[in-house]
Amino acid sequence: MSLRLSSGGRLIERDRPLDFTFNGRRLRGLAGDSLASALLANGQMLVGRSFKYHRPRGVVASGVEEPNALVGLGRGGRFEPNRRATTVELFDGLEAVSQNHWPGLGFDLGALNDLAARFLPAGFYYKTFMAPRGAWEKLFEPLIRRAAGLGRAPEEPDPDGYEHFHVHVDVLVIGGGISGLQAALTAGRTGARVMLVEQGPHWGGRAPVEGVRLDGRPAAEWVDAALGELERMGNVHLRRRAMAVGVYDHGYALLHERVAAHTPGDGRPRHRLWKVRARRIITATGALERPLAFVGNDVPGVMLASAVRDYVVNWAVAPGRRTVVVTNNDDAYRSALVLREAGLEVPAIVDARPQADGPLVQRAREMGIRVVSGSAIAGVKGRRRVRGVRLCAHEGEGAVLEEIACDAVAMSGGWSPVVHLWSHCGGKLLWEEGQAHFRPDPQRPPTGADGAPLVFAAGNANGRMETAAALADGQVAAEAALKALGTGRERGGARAPLPAVAPEEVAPMLPVWLMPRKAGAKARMKMWLDFQNDVKVSDVELAAREGYESVEHTKRYTTLGMATDQGKLSNINGLAVLSEALGQPVPQTGTTTFRPPWAPVSFGAIAGEARGDLFQPVRETPIHRWHETHGAHWEPVGQWRRPYAYPRDGESLHDAVIREVRNARQAVGLLDASTLGKILVRGPDAGRFLDMIYTNMMSTLKPGRCRYGLICNENGFLIDDGVVVRLDKETFLCHTTTGGAERIHEHMERWLQTEWWDWRVFTADLTEQYAQIAVVGPKARALLERLGGMDVSRESLPFMEWRAGELAGFAVRVFRISFSGELSYEIAVPAGQGLALWERLVEEGAAFGIMPYGTEALHVMRAEKGFIMIGDETDGTVIPQDLGLGWAISKKKADYLGKRAHQRPHMTDPNRWKLVGLETLDGSVLPDGAYAAAEGVNENGQRKVQGRVTSSYFSPTLGRGIALGLVEHGPERMGEVLAFPATGGRIIRARIVSPVFYDKDGEKQNV
Amino acid sequence: MLILECPFCGIMADETELAPGGEAHVRRVGPEGSDEAFEAYLFMRRNPCGVHFELWRHAHGCGRWFIAARNTLTLEVYGTYPAQTDRPPAAIVRAIRRRVPGWEWQP
Repeated sequence: MSLRLSSGGRLIERDRPLDFTFNGRRLRGLAGDSLASALLANGQMLVGRSFKYHRPRGVVASGVEEPNALVGLGRGGRFEPNRRATTVELFDGLEAVSQNHWPGLGFDLGALNDLAARFLPAGFYYKTFMAPRGAWEKLFEPLIRRAAGLGRAPEEPDPDGYEHFHVHVDVLVIGGGISGLQAALTAGRTGARVMLVEQGPHWGGRAPVEGVRLDGRPAAEWVDAALGELERMGNVHLRRRAMAVGVYDHGYALLHERVAAHTPGDGRPRHRLWKVRARRIITATGALERPLAFVGNDVPGVMLASAVRDYVVNWAVAPGRRTVVVTNNDDAYRSALVLREAGLEVPAIVDARPQADGPLVQRAREMGIRVVSGSAIAGVKGRRRVRGVRLCAHEGEGAVLEEIACDAVAMSGGWSPVVHLWSHCGGKLLWEEGQAHFRPDPQRPPTGADGAPLVFAAGNANGRMETAAALADGQVAAEAALKALGTGRERGGARAPLPAVAPEEVAPMLPVWLMPRKAGAKARMKMWLDFQNDVKVSDVELAAREGYESVEHTKRYTTLGMATDQGKLSNINGLAVLSEALGQPVPQTGTTTFRPPWAPVSFGAIAGEARGDLFQPVRETPIHRWHETHGAHWEPVGQWRRPYAYPRDGESLHDAVIREVRNARQAVGLLDASTLGKILVRGPDAGRFLDMIYTNMMSTLKPGRCRYGLICNENGFLIDDGVVVRLDKETFLCHTTTGGAERIHEHMERWLQTEWWDWRVFTADLTEQYAQIAVVGPKARALLERLGGMDVSRESLPFMEWRAGELAGFAVRVFRISFSGELSYEIAVPAGQGLALWERLVEEGAAFGIMPYGTEALHVMRAEKGFIMIGDETDGTVIPQDLGLGWAISKKKADYLGKRAHQRPHMTDPNRWKLVGLETLDGSVLPDGAYAAAEGVNENGQRKVQGRVTSSYFSPTLGRGIALGLVEHGPERMGEVLAFPATGGRIIRARIVSPVFYDKDGEKQNV
Repeated sequence: MLILECPFCGIMADETELAPGGEAHVRRVGPEGSDEAFEAYLFMRRNPCGVHFELWRHAHGCGRWFIAARNTLTLEVYGTYPAQTDRPPAAIVRAIRRRVPGWEWQP
């Protein structure tokens, strides 16, 4: 059982105990502990269940590469799933729960999957759950969903704060180990703006753990001195707990800083997302140790050798009292030495190499540790924790030679540089045969906007595995980065001498991808490659046999290296197994693509301050406050808020809409139309330009007149509509839909700037410069006359004309246009006078029974008139000809945007669905979007359809449900009844009628 | 996340300030064009691995359209210039040739 040692622990404070809970059990750790070290100190080896087979799993690693110890942290709105216990700093009152088991961690029913493991090989879900069709949805998927998945999402709003920071630097150094520190020192001393970030809470990386001595002193002293110097530099910015998430184009990097995750509720933001623009980036991201693939390598108590010494040296925690070390390299001997120096037993070092006699090996022997060379582990005894190991010859099939009792295993398969960030932005890799790993290829780095190298790898991350080389590499990388910056600074100062490091003599490692080398098929089914996703050697080999030769396909088929882990431990081992199965060298197989994020990032950090009221800006019309104080029920329209209706006390929304429609049809209504787009187009070529933009002729429009126009894109599809007003010879005002203002302005500008740049035209989006109020209804004219001022009679201001003048003292433009079918005036005033005019209209209108109406009444009235609405009747595939708007397409013009497209065969197909009105036989309201069924089924076995509902409302004017729809040959089928299947097996029947339900001849708007 | 220089403002603009407009120097085909020419104009884009010309708008800046000549593989930017032209300026062509010997502009 794991335990806390009575002395040692460079990071813990023994006089500061901290209380925490794990699955409700009260435990005690020490300040400086990680959650993982605190759990191990309490003898808690079992920390989770594996993803697929629900096998008991323990802590394997000591850092961000941990695949097993995923926990849920906190409670309520602060709950955070899938946190690696190894990267969680312990604090008083921390609450953690294990994941992926039911009913409990100790007894998990899902573990039955393990017994059935041979029936659940790679890709089993692609093969097993195929038939019958319905069973997937009703049976298999819910079952799998419950069984699978890691953490649960929190269910309450997060009370904590998150924020984004932006920073620009010359050099971003990622990784606070000795290479990164040396790089930051080198760059910082030239005066360059440097940012140095470290994902963990401590500086110095592995050097202090490894007992490295620099200039004859412990590495930690050098680290402190380096930090002191960096802190004194005004041009260097240091950040701990700041993980580099990804490196993107042109030196953009994201950092995820856990500011107050370990001090919850202290008022600081929980996380911070840094958006860094770096002119050069140095990745000193270290290396990760690889596991070895042997039978039972996933039993709790089997750990990475480096993690074992991290726990002993940093936190005085031992994974067991008797630890067997298994390795293919010299480095793991350091773990044996550390354990021994801590007074723990190391019954054997199992070394796969036929001969082991390097200096580290000698030291182990001198300390009396038994070294068994040429040997391997045939199997681990124990299920919920290690009880012993069986030894065999590495070059054999696994015949057991002896058994050694132990309660922990420290394994090492060699080290792989962390090349993720180097690779994110296109850096390529080299296969280093001697270390059996990929390292950055300096000839093929990620490049920047200037075409010069952008990213420089340093230290272990660059394949420099020894201390002296890693340290020197930090300097080399920084000098190269400065040189690429082209500041000339790299020649400025003399090179500061690097600290002296005692030379290390290391014997070559032996690549081991399978242990023992000739293990049989049954054994390979119990050798784990990817602990988090439960992928074994046998799964990768199966994928190879089934033809998955591409490493990317194998990844997806077996799930090797997927999910939150992304193969930090499994990547190289999996590639090597696949390569062996395919009979090709590893570099030929290649790696999967490394993509951001390097490790998971919280949604809170990504969202930052953009939530609640700050999620997006809300646009308000000049009359917004009035609507608010008069009970408007809001409807979001893009970023605008528009009144949907103004329900009165005790009145339902539906009833309010009916009242508003009736009042506008019978008396007078008031609509805030300020959100409509208003684009000014001006210049000698304005008419010619609008003839290209609109399908109809605009150049012939006379000053004083208005014309309804349609805008298509080059594909011929209808993208906007609205009334164009000619203000004077060279000036047009183009009204667009509320949602189309910016889009159409951009559309016009794009054509002007990229195609017809020699045309003399300017455009300006004046949408927010004017308030626009529609006065609608038979009493509209009487109301305006009461206001006093300009002549608004039929003779002076006929339908589809406009005049500038004065009303009640306001300087106005009055447009006689109608979207309701009623007598209607739209009055525009400068935005600042919008509210005053509105209030005046309400006041003077009282005598006429005036009422404001909202967007729903607007919709109902336009549908009663058969007027189309962009986004209802159009969806990006509809052309004007589908909507009976062929009259608005000029036949005279040689060209307009969309004209060529309208000639394409599909656009002239007589079978296109066309606009009609629909009247339900029972008077009910058709569901919006409902399809009209046709006879027969299509090639997918689905019912054929012959039309669909595009708009559907209850019409107060007609006292029944009305709808607009697109129907195959619709206009030729008047009077025919269509069947619309609705939910619950209901069928609603509706008759095809004219889309104009009300005032077919348009007499009312023309009075 | 590219950084491109707006040739109108002269500032180095972060991609978040810009709106993309797809391939540049595409010749419009009008009502007289053949089916093949119109299809090519409407749908066919080069999508090269290497030198490429792209339309960008300084959306959160001056609002003007410009063209960026850049390398989609190396992310190198050879230069930007106003969109009011049907061919890359000679200086841009020279800048590309310095980095990609033998490169030829193909309309």
